[in-house]
Amino acid sequence: MNIVTPLDPALALDETVLSVPGMRCAGCISKIERGLTEVEGIATARVNFTAKRVAIHHLPTLSLPDIQSALSRIGFDSQPLSVELTRQDQDSAQLLRAMAVAGFAAMNIMLLSVAVWSGAGGATREMFHWISALIAIPTVFYAGQPFFRSALKALKHGRTNMDVPISIGVTLTTLMSLYETATNGHHAWFDGAVMLLFFLLTGRWLDSVMRDRARDGVTALLQHRSAGAWTLDTDGRAIWTDAAELQPGMVMLVAVGERLAADGTLAKGETRLDLSLITGESAPETHRPGDPVLAGTLNLDAPIEVTVTAVGKDTTIADIARMMEDAGQGKSRYVRLADRAARYYAPAVHSLAAGSAIGWLVAGAGVHQALLIAVAVLLITCPCALGLAVPVAQIVAAGALMKRGILLKDGSALERLAEVDGVLFDKTGTLTLGRPVPVNLDDMPPDVLAVMLALARTSRHVLSLSLARAIDARGIAAAVIEDVQEEAGQGVSATWQGRRVHLGRPAHGVEGSELATAFRVEDEPGQVVQFTDALRPEAVETIGRLAAMGLDSSILSGDRIAAVAPVARTLGLTAMAGLRPQEKLDAIQRLSGAGKKMLMVGDGINDGPALAAGHASIAPASASDVGQQAADLVFVGDSLAPIATAIRAARKTMRIVRENLGLAIAYNVIAVPLAIAGQVTPLIAALAMSGSSLLVIGNALRLNRIGR
Amino acid sequence: MTGLGFLIPLALLAGLVGLMGFFWALRNGQFEDLDGASMRILIDDEDDVPLPPQDDSPAG
Repeated sequence: MNIVTPLDPALALDETVLSVPGMRCAGCISKIERGLTEVEGIATARVNFTAKRVAIHHLPTLSLPDIQSALSRIGFDSQPLSVELTRQDQDSAQLLRAMAVAGFAAMNIMLLSVAVWSGAGGATREMFHWISALIAIPTVFYAGQPFFRSALKALKHGRTNMDVPISIGVTLTTLMSLYETATNGHHAWFDGAVMLLFFLLTGRWLDSVMRDRARDGVTALLQHRSAGAWTLDTDGRAIWTDAAELQPGMVMLVAVGERLAADGTLAKGETRLDLSLITGESAPETHRPGDPVLAGTLNLDAPIEVTVTAVGKDTTIADIARMMEDAGQGKSRYVRLADRAARYYAPAVHSLAAGSAIGWLVAGAGVHQALLIAVAVLLITCPCALGLAVPVAQIVAAGALMKRGILLKDGSALERLAEVDGVLFDKTGTLTLGRPVPVNLDDMPPDVLAVMLALARTSRHVLSLSLARAIDARGIAAAVIEDVQEEAGQGVSATWQGRRVHLGRPAHGVEGSELATAFRVEDEPGQVVQFTDALRPEAVETIGRLAAMGLDSSILSGDRIAAVAPVARTLGLTAMAGLRPQEKLDAIQRLSGAGKKMLMVGDGINDGPALAAGHASIAPASASDVGQQAADLVFVGDSLAPIATAIRAARKTMRIVRENLGLAIAYNVIAVPLAIAGQVTPLIAALAMSGSSLLVIGNALRLNRIGR
Repeated sequence: MTGLGFLIPLALLAGLVGLMGFFWALRNGQFEDLDGASMRILIDDEDDVPLPPQDDSPAG
């Protein structure tokens, strides 16, 4: 499907990668690829359906908005992705290659070993051992690298991790087997060493795939908050400027429904700005020329011109980002369960192996025999099942959760989520939908709704979009209107059945800063549609379910007390209102100082530091970039129910992981005495290792039903 | 026994070819879009429409 339009091949082409979350079928793939390659200046467009992305090679003259508008003409919304972000799958690919090599070698060596076990002797055995060595030694060199490198790094810092016993075990086993082969011994352990690498690499690879997949899911969701702005140049023409190139003093043009790319002062126009992502304030604020405005706020009413005062590092958002970085450091110190187990595991295994060698020497065995026993102990205790126990359980759980629209961003997230003992909610956008929903549509006759729908569909105004969505959901068909006119900041008007109809700002101003829009026919008194920020569906049930799980919930909001109180009353929660980002962070740190492990659920930029500081954190997919980046989990959809589902799933996953660790320990309790007694042959080692690995995988697969 | 000297290298070679094939596929991005690959077969390629009738008779 790569249709190459005849472009001069000597031209240097730029690559742009866009996330297109809306593609769902084969038709979408061909529509996007065909539609884009027909655009002047685009050489190739290749869709990656799995990652919901399209990679475009185009002439440097073609700018990002050009491509995005071409895509939206075809009918798809898109968000730009940075190219580095799309090239991070290297780790998984390298592990996969190592795993393939180890798997190939393990199969072939096992083939030869089976012949030896079933009685091949003399010259045949010697030959088979030499062939095994020939396959195994390069394999250990190549496929063992991830472990050797990590073990070296740990040793350099004076620490020990799971990879140290693995590296020593594999290396010693291989060397000992080589010696046995050279001296025409009875047993060579090449099969064990290579099989061990194969199982462990499988665990590592699964772990890395899970991280990739989670990251893909989240990057597809990330709504690149205006990656730039239209600015006026000296001649008064509008040109597109990337966010990174904005300079103080430039004048940005911000259309209705766009977010500001930089801090500034309002130069021209009067509008209301939605600050909810920045401050948590749910009611929009009116701004007049001369007022300061913040990056990330949403323009609601009329196009405005903004003089940029601060960009990049100097903006309010950057301040919050710095606060987040400090708050997140506690989380990066979190030690995962498998690593905690490894802390005790490595020294235990080493002393066990050394102890049995010394024991046999004291008992009068030769150096050769004592060493063989030590190798058998190292091989048998190598954390095959242990290395698989955690990653398999986590990838199965993450897959099941992903099907329910819950995306994990971090491997340790499930572990931390399972440990939480309290939940803190942000209000605006988290407990509530964070967008206006019409409340009094029931009072209106259907024909009025039909006309309102037709009018609302012609405007990009936030209230129009919401109104159209709500009326659409009632299954009402739009009336036929013509001669549509939109007047910025005032509303839309059109002709319906020969009369002028108008939808827009209420004539007499509604009390307070409540959101409302008025509909009127000619000059008759109009009908006023009121909007509020409604609670998310299933919010009450979710709070109840959390309480049943023994988790206390509470609200931390940046909004006014008057706005928070009704929500807190409906849900029966305690609340703190009017908090600034620093105060939210303080509240969480106070609680964790008292030994509580809090789950923070929030969406706004103002929640960023609190999300980073929480023991675990969840954000809705409608959250700001900052919110999604700071959170460990992101859930899709309006309903709040995924929060309870995720906690339940996390707890169940950790139960299975603990069971798996228990199985691994039980296996060692049986196998290690055999190894110390010198009873373990390569055949028994092979059976024990694969048996225990299959057992933990089987146990982990039970998690598949977790999302239900 | 003499057969072994011939069959074992052959078996190894066959396995090695498989491994190389896998590496080749990996490097060529064959595993990058697994869901998309199953979709692409359903795309109706418009190039499949019959060629318009040619005016001049085929040569030869």
